[in-house]
Amino acid sequence: MNTEYNMEDRLWDYIDGSGNAEEKTFVEQLIATQEEWRKKYHELLDVHHLMQSSLELDEPSMRFSQNVMEEITKYQITPATKTYINKKIIYGIGIFFLVMIAGMVIYGLGQVNWSDNTGVSNDLLTKYNPGKIDFSKFFNNTYTTIFMMINVVMGLMLLDMWLGKKKKEFA
Amino acid sequence: MQTGPNDKDIISAVLQGNKEAYGGLVNRYQGFVFTICLRYTSSREDAEEIAQDIFVKAYRCLADFRGDSKFSTWLYTIVNTSCITFLRKKRLQTHSLDDEKVFAVADNLDGGMRANQVEQKSRIAMVNQAIQLLSADDAKIITLFYKGEQSLEEMGEILGMEPNTVKVKLHRARVRLKEKMEKHFAQEVRDLV
Repeated sequence: MNTEYNMEDRLWDYIDGSGNAEEKTFVEQLIATQEEWRKKYHELLDVHHLMQSSLELDEPSMRFSQNVMEEITKYQITPATKTYINKKIIYGIGIFFLVMIAGMVIYGLGQVNWSDNTGVSNDLLTKYNPGKIDFSKFFNNTYTTIFMMINVVMGLMLLDMWLGKKKKEFA
Repeated sequence: MQTGPNDKDIISAVLQGNKEAYGGLVNRYQGFVFTICLRYTSSREDAEEIAQDIFVKAYRCLADFRGDSKFSTWLYTIVNTSCITFLRKKRLQTHSLDDEKVFAVADNLDGGMRANQVEQKSRIAMVNQAIQLLSADDAKIITLFYKGEQSLEEMGEILGMEPNTVKVKLHRARVRLKEKMEKHFAQEVRDLV
């Protein structure tokens, strides 16, 4: 079965002209010298020619293009995505998150007591215990609360804009 | 083969506000788009509805066509996604190889052919009936290759697959088509090939 599939795959490649020159020569030789390959080749070639010559496209009704043209009068071409997606904003957001992550990592590493040589293990994993890092300084002060509030307000504004746009589309 | 203004000229005209020019693209590709839609549904009305949606969608997003690929490749990507979405939404009956109904359809076709003067059945009808017995995916891939004028790379772009995967799928689809023809149109195959 596998051998047959392999043979068919190679023959289809040969018929479609998608194999490399070396493979092409090899298959040509096989077709010329081996009856089984020759028989299969002609069988597949017949199917290929049948497809090329006999496959037909269906046509929709006579009114089809007219219907499409009538339908498109209701719509406008939407501006290209690249015109309203500002890459600088996307990069800005990316940089913001990278800075945040880097800041957290640096702060976390800053909490490690590097001079602590007591105990059996002295490796980084023992020194750096994320569970012991005190993040409350970050998330329990006025600045963080203000920052979070600004984010929430911006998120709500974005949601409002999006809903407004949707409403216009349906109107 | 294309005649008249090329796709990119038509697109430029449409983007400059000449809506009527879009009709040229519709006329050029409606047969292919409709045929692919028909592979997903046996109802011509449904196929026409999907095809119409595709052309409207393509029109609305025309500004997003960057010209990196052929317009047909870009359009067939919309065809592919729209047909799959439609199929999911409506849970249309597809002609799967494992579906018992297929065999019923095939038997009817076969029986019908024998009773209805086999000699009058053309090669074209036989191939197109055999195509209908394939799964939508197999039928689509064969139609794309033989009628869509797409290379394996372009087909990969349309179907979201590697060209090698497309190649293997195409091989398998053709084998299955051959099997269908041999099984249901054995006499005709012997006469024709």
